[in-house]
Amino acid sequence: MDRESVVDRESVVDRESSVDAFIELDRVEKVFDVRKKTGFLKREVRRVRAVDAISFTVARGEMVGYIGPNGAGKSTTIKMLTGILVPSGGRLRVAGIDPSRERTRLAHRIGVVFGQRTTLWWDLPLIDSYRLMHRMYRIPDARYRENLDRLVELLELEALLDVPVRQLSLGQRMRGDIAAALLHDPDVLYLDEPTIGLDVVSKARVREFLRELNAERGTTVLLTTHDLQDIEQLCSRVMVIDHGRLVYDGGLAGLHQAGESERTLVVDLERELPPIGVAGAQVVKVEGPRQWLAFPASASAAPLVARIAAEYPLVDLSVREPDIEAVIARMYVERETVVPGAQSS
Amino acid sequence: MAEDLRFAEPGRPAVVLEGLRTYRMIAGMWIRSTMAYRASFVMTALGGALVTGLDFVAILLMFSRVDSLGGYALPEVALLYGLSATSFGIADLAMGSAGRLGTRVRDGTLDTLLVRPAPVLAQVAADRFALRRLGRITQGAVVLGYALLALDVHWTAAKVLLLPVTVVCGGVIFSAVFVAGASFQFVAQDAAEVQSAFTYGGQTLLQYPPTVFGKELVRGVTFMFPLAFVNWVPAAYVLDRPYPLGLPQWAAFAPPLVAVGCWVLAGLAWRAGLRSYRSTGS
Repeated sequence: MDRESVVDRESVVDRESSVDAFIELDRVEKVFDVRKKTGFLKREVRRVRAVDAISFTVARGEMVGYIGPNGAGKSTTIKMLTGILVPSGGRLRVAGIDPSRERTRLAHRIGVVFGQRTTLWWDLPLIDSYRLMHRMYRIPDARYRENLDRLVELLELEALLDVPVRQLSLGQRMRGDIAAALLHDPDVLYLDEPTIGLDVVSKARVREFLRELNAERGTTVLLTTHDLQDIEQLCSRVMVIDHGRLVYDGGLAGLHQAGESERTLVVDLERELPPIGVAGAQVVKVEGPRQWLAFPASASAAPLVARIAAEYPLVDLSVREPDIEAVIARMYVERETVVPGAQSS
Repeated sequence: MAEDLRFAEPGRPAVVLEGLRTYRMIAGMWIRSTMAYRASFVMTALGGALVTGLDFVAILLMFSRVDSLGGYALPEVALLYGLSATSFGIADLAMGSAGRLGTRVRDGTLDTLLVRPAPVLAQVAADRFALRRLGRITQGAVVLGYALLALDVHWTAAKVLLLPVTVVCGGVIFSAVFVAGASFQFVAQDAAEVQSAFTYGGQTLLQYPPTVFGKELVRGVTFMFPLAFVNWVPAAYVLDRPYPLGLPQWAAFAPPLVAVGCWVLAGLAWRAGLRSYRSTGS
């Protein structure tokens, strides 16, 4: 039937994962059969490679952003990492545990927050969900109380504990969900779109909390997001996935280079002048006395500023960081033109 | 399927114990939370009892016109009704919430259960545990009580013992049907209606004597889908009536075996369903 390209790696001996590779993926893949009705009884089965031979490792205490367009395979990866989905091939370890085989054992080591679905009991007061977690995860009493107190304080949940979850605002619920995911002191926290739909204040509060959690407790954090500010403010490392493949893995700065991004110098002159002519930068827009100049993100702005200041009547200027969204979009476009040829199975 | 789907999950007994523990925990919390609104609980429970009592009223109305249904007199039909309604009530109380599985698959909330260290079936079944469903059990028990008082049978020790065993086993059999139906919803998420046809439909069917139905139907309900052991067969023993389909005498004492068999099958179906979900994610 369908015994295509399934790599059996069962023979690989389970070694206890080393400290510096807390999450390990080795050529992990997930293949779905998508059935489409094409006739009365006829069905066309199409094979979709949602995750295509992805390999990466995450060290203990790292905070990693996992981004990509809709349908790129982000959620599928998270579902395999949490043991919800069984990989079609490859090797996967979290804290030395094979997630799909020992789902319940792994559950004690991980915390999961789904941005769009709550893990709390919808109709019950928030505190009831926490009490249930306490017993379900068999958290020792003293530790539960200590963790609860700390989380309630940090996430400002005091006034919400007796409110049924369905009556909480999205931001409140998200904070409640994050607390629920951390009561049992997990080593790793997965966040699937943790700031989706939140207002600016709530977003800031969630980010602030995650930063502290990572810094103080050393909790490994893997987050998927559409909000690039999440990444900019939280993650030192970014992984970009597209069409089920890892297309970038590295620092945020490197992402700019990979996407050939540009920074913008906004120059305010004394009066309207023709476009500034200066080496290493290009005028992209003129609006009265204000001009926009683009220059490579990797280049320094200082010599450019010096040159302009020497030759033009300068009033004010500012540097705009590149728009990562545009950078990534550019990366996707590039991939899209490459992928069809590269896909051979 | 070529994918390797052997899951090294804890052994069977451990899972069953964990499941019971989880169930108790979640159900306990729901009970405490409903008890916060005691008056509302009493009202909805009473309401439930009255509404479900209406179908016995329908039977009473029939008997105002006829003296017997398929050869069964009113107290005898009441016995069938009481056994079936009580058993079904028990199953509905314990496992009714599993019927919402399709919704959980569709809206993705099943995933949130899979990341917790507890058996999924117990989490699904105990969710929104509603004591108000006791209304249905109470109503069934009242009719059963009436039947026992009004029946003119020669009571033996075996008959007396058989009744509570039948009620419990009936509850277990119906529970298995709920679980099997939920398992089916892993594959067909909108199959809740199909499930209702078997659970609620089966319960209604059992309220009437087997003699009013065609042989084919009775055969199906006995061998394919063994609801006949919820009440028809044991009741025939209690009432000293001929068994449906000429089953042997000992068949009246088969409900415990049938119940265990049903749960084994339902458990396998559940495992298969969950496995398919975890390999396809839908």
